[in-house]
Amino acid sequence: MGTKVSKLNKFTYTWLILFLVWLGFTSTFAFAEVVTGILLSFTVAIFSYNSFTYDGLKIFSPKRLMYIVQYFFVFMLALIKANIDVAKIVINPKLPINPGIVEFDSKLKSPFAKLILANSITLTPGTITVDIIDNKYFIHWLYVTGTDQETTYKEIAKQFEDILIKIYN
Amino acid sequence: MNYIGYFLISIGTIFLFLGGLGILRMPDFYTRLQAGTKASTLGAMSSILGIGFLQPEWFIKTFIIVVFIAIANPLSSHALARGSHKAKQMPFLKDEKIGDAYEAVEEKLHKNQKKEDKK
Amino acid sequence: MDLFFIIIISVISLGAVFAIIRFIKGPTASDRVMALDTLSVMLIAVLVILGFLMKRYIYIDVSLVYAVLGFIGVITIARYLEGGI
Repeated sequence: MGTKVSKLNKFTYTWLILFLVWLGFTSTFAFAEVVTGILLSFTVAIFSYNSFTYDGLKIFSPKRLMYIVQYFFVFMLALIKANIDVAKIVINPKLPINPGIVEFDSKLKSPFAKLILANSITLTPGTITVDIIDNKYFIHWLYVTGTDQETTYKEIAKQFEDILIKIYN
Repeated sequence: MNYIGYFLISIGTIFLFLGGLGILRMPDFYTRLQAGTKASTLGAMSSILGIGFLQPEWFIKTFIIVVFIAIANPLSSHALARGSHKAKQMPFLKDEKIGDAYEAVEEKLHKNQKKEDKK
Repeated sequence: MDLFFIIIISVISLGAVFAIIRFIKGPTASDRVMALDTLSVMLIAVLVILGFLMKRYIYIDVSLVYAVLGFIGVITIARYLEGGI
């Protein structure tokens, strides 16, 4: 966050994203469709730009885009690995689980980054974000290995947060 | 290209099946949420993407569905977990030492809210 | 490759049967909502596969709309459980 983002910046970002979504939904480049899309996304952006984004266009700097790609790969790897782990637990006839709710502090400041971290934690199986209060994350964990904050932070969030701090802080 | 598609669909199917099995076997609501909804999320994402590989004209549309599922499903499972915890559904705990860190905090919040309501 | 898709759809249906059993048995309302959520995700996957088998593009749109509606439904019920709709 830090510096304030100008209105024009936010508006352009919203317009661009909405237009890209329109292109994806219609999946055609016919002239009439594209013009309708530009006009419609312009109209929607006028009304919604203020609540649509926090950071505006600065997310598109090449360094950040590189980190986003890196984040995507780290996330995919964690997703597949964790899914296989949970699949093993489900198949195992003894059902070796040890559930509990743990907490840890996060260093992220931007609300959008917090949302992405919470979503990533929820999508990797074995952990669900139950609630976020200020900077505290409450996580339901399928196989608890330690309840103190350092262990939970290292096991659950570190790999995602290291990259998110580079992108957003 | 075709083989990637068939491979992804098979992986997705296995995970969808395991999601159903996990829902049936787990002992309480939170663990069911863990095993069920997320295995099925990965299953659906991978099999839909597999169809996108088999039918390249549909790839953009299937990709949009995959992105939507990836954003919406964790949100809904998070909302369900939070709502159930507020509705006083306590998680199943196997080990005495590992507690429910959220319970105390939530009670405090609840009391504060009641005070505000009285004012 | 028809046999492949028959096997795929039967395996997913078996998973759906498990979810339906949980839906009937489920001791609390949250369990039922969760089973319904899982069922709708399975249904989306089967709809897309059927759309590919029958070569109907419209099935993709239907599954997208179904995903959005299922998401809104689950969020609404979660809000209701939380105690403030």
